[in-house]
Amino acid sequence: MTVAHADSSALSTLAADPQLQRKPRTFWSMALQSLRRDPVTLVAIGFLITLAALSLVAPAVAAGIGVGPNDTNLENAFQQPYWGPYIQWRTGQDPTTAPLMLGKSGGVPHWLGTDQLGRDQFVRLLYGGRVSLGIAFAAAALTLILGMTVGTVAGFFGGVVDDLIMWFVNTLSSIPGIYLLIIVTAMFKPNPVTLTLYLGLLGWIGTARLIRGNAFKVRALDFVLAARSVGTRNVRIMLQHVIPNSLPIIIVNAAIDIGNLILIESALSFLGLGIQPPTATWGSMLNRSNNFIFLRDPETGVTLALHLLSVPGLLITLTVLSLYLIGDGLRDALDPMMKNIR
Amino acid sequence: MSRYVIRRLLQAIPTLAGVSLIAFALVYNSPGDPILIRTFNPDITQESREILRRQLGLDQHWALQYISWLTGVTLRSGAEVEEFERTDTSCTYVAWLDTTSCDNGGGILRGNLGTSIATNQPVWERIVERMPATLELGVSALLVALLVGLPLGVLSAVRQGSLFDNLVRVLAVVGNALPSFWFGLMLIYFFGVILGWLPTGGRRTVSLTNEFDLIDRVRHLILPTFVLALGGIALLSRFMRTETLEVIRTDYIRMAKAKGVAARNVWFIHALGNALIPLMTTLGPAIFGVLSGAVIIETIFSWPGMGRMTFSAAVQRDYPTVLGAVMFFSLLTILGNLLSDILYGVVDPRVRLS
Repeated sequence: MTVAHADSSALSTLAADPQLQRKPRTFWSMALQSLRRDPVTLVAIGFLITLAALSLVAPAVAAGIGVGPNDTNLENAFQQPYWGPYIQWRTGQDPTTAPLMLGKSGGVPHWLGTDQLGRDQFVRLLYGGRVSLGIAFAAAALTLILGMTVGTVAGFFGGVVDDLIMWFVNTLSSIPGIYLLIIVTAMFKPNPVTLTLYLGLLGWIGTARLIRGNAFKVRALDFVLAARSVGTRNVRIMLQHVIPNSLPIIIVNAAIDIGNLILIESALSFLGLGIQPPTATWGSMLNRSNNFIFLRDPETGVTLALHLLSVPGLLITLTVLSLYLIGDGLRDALDPMMKNIR
Repeated sequence: MSRYVIRRLLQAIPTLAGVSLIAFALVYNSPGDPILIRTFNPDITQESREILRRQLGLDQHWALQYISWLTGVTLRSGAEVEEFERTDTSCTYVAWLDTTSCDNGGGILRGNLGTSIATNQPVWERIVERMPATLELGVSALLVALLVGLPLGVLSAVRQGSLFDNLVRVLAVVGNALPSFWFGLMLIYFFGVILGWLPTGGRRTVSLTNEFDLIDRVRHLILPTFVLALGGIALLSRFMRTETLEVIRTDYIRMAKAKGVAARNVWFIHALGNALIPLMTTLGPAIFGVLSGAVIIETIFSWPGMGRMTFSAAVQRDYPTVLGAVMFFSLLTILGNLLSDILYGVVDPRVRLS
């Protein structure tokens, strides 16, 4: 203060200089900036947002096309995707195929073809996205909350609490996860809510381990000691100091977790253990198409089910891939902290 | 060293006890009735269902069934000795508790995993029966993953920033994101259905003579091995790339370069040796993980392994088989983690086991 008084005129000119005026930059604003310069992550985020938005407005899209997700039309089973013939029709290369397909489907354009019951694959994919994405996001939220709570408590208190929690964690993690899920889902037939619960309740172990390790490190730092010295309660230290310092790990972990959960959910549905038909999920759509892998047109000998096999799997792959890429991008963006943590 | 191993093995006991309790409580409290699934025949009376239920001990509280599963001793109130109990059981009546305890000589504490409800075989026999197929697929996938993944990772670190490096990194991410069941289906579609080069599933071609045909076996093995190995290739190449990059930034590599060691020797003697050490942490669980099978890939390729057995046992509510398999897999996981820790200590003298 005294310095400022002594030289206040020079300082005020300096302060008025627009070149020197820079907002103080927080950790999060720096992370956001580095994320903005990362095209791969941005594309991945864009893809995911588009997919989620389309899934959210699936009823409107279905109404626009004029077909519901469970509307069957046995006359029109295994229709091939409409978009190829449509382009050829519009460009004048093939004026007959597309109108014929429209006639067969009763005027409904089946952009990605129909399945064995004549249901529209595109609409079913969007409705499936609601289930698959919804379950993955909700289950990831559950694993994060559980993992964060258990991990923070174990790491912060240490001692007997930690021993007990780690015994439980080690016990659960020594049963191969996929078998545990298969047993649970084969025996308790799940609906979307219970499947989310199973995935969440069985999936928090890895997160808890990560957070516990970080809580161990943070609780030994000076600011925790300082907080203790002024009589701050444990709960407050955990909420104010330990958990915020775990946030970067939690965020990166969340993106990868959601990707893994989509893979697991679709694998379970593929095995017929997930959400039961007729509700569409990406995995169960593949489960059905699995039965038609050898199916050929009796006249032309062309396989009929390639569109049913390829599209749902491709969508799963792209979704999981973009989540992994987002996880990688976030890790880079949050690097200054991750370096200390790893 | 031996003290460390013994201590770790002792620590495994409470873990296994926890596993048994969790798995048992989960399985036995689930809805669905193993008796009803098996007695669809309308001629079967309710009485015979009850007799069957009593024979299998399924009428008791699950805690009593747990004790019976652990120790082979079944406790029942009252003095009646079941005439339909098996001949190998010896029963005694404890008058002051008004309880009959019957010992059938089994129980997992005596190393007996019980008898399958579905096939009436000892569970251990079923596991042993499935083991060769699981081992065949698992070991070949592990080998492929190591032989492809390790060189990819090291080479991509050597040529950091090159086109090859970028391709390997893309492969690693995509390989992780590919759902194995879909990848398997697409391979079956192209190589099995369209091109007709490889069989679409099974472990061998069924023939009358049942002769061992190596070429036939290998042809059946190619697709499932590749699908199973893909995840490992992705993981290992990424892992080895990071480790190699970390090692080549160390002082001893700079030292080796400075004293004029040939570049090839720097890479393959100084760098690779040290980069391989952390691999031990993943190798132990991987080796034992191979034994517990790959349920999804075994299902797609109709591979007669452990994974499919456990899956169908869960669907059929064959409680003893499910529990036996879970206990077996958990033991393998625990041993795998122990092995990786021991290997780590053996390979890296900086790590002391204590």
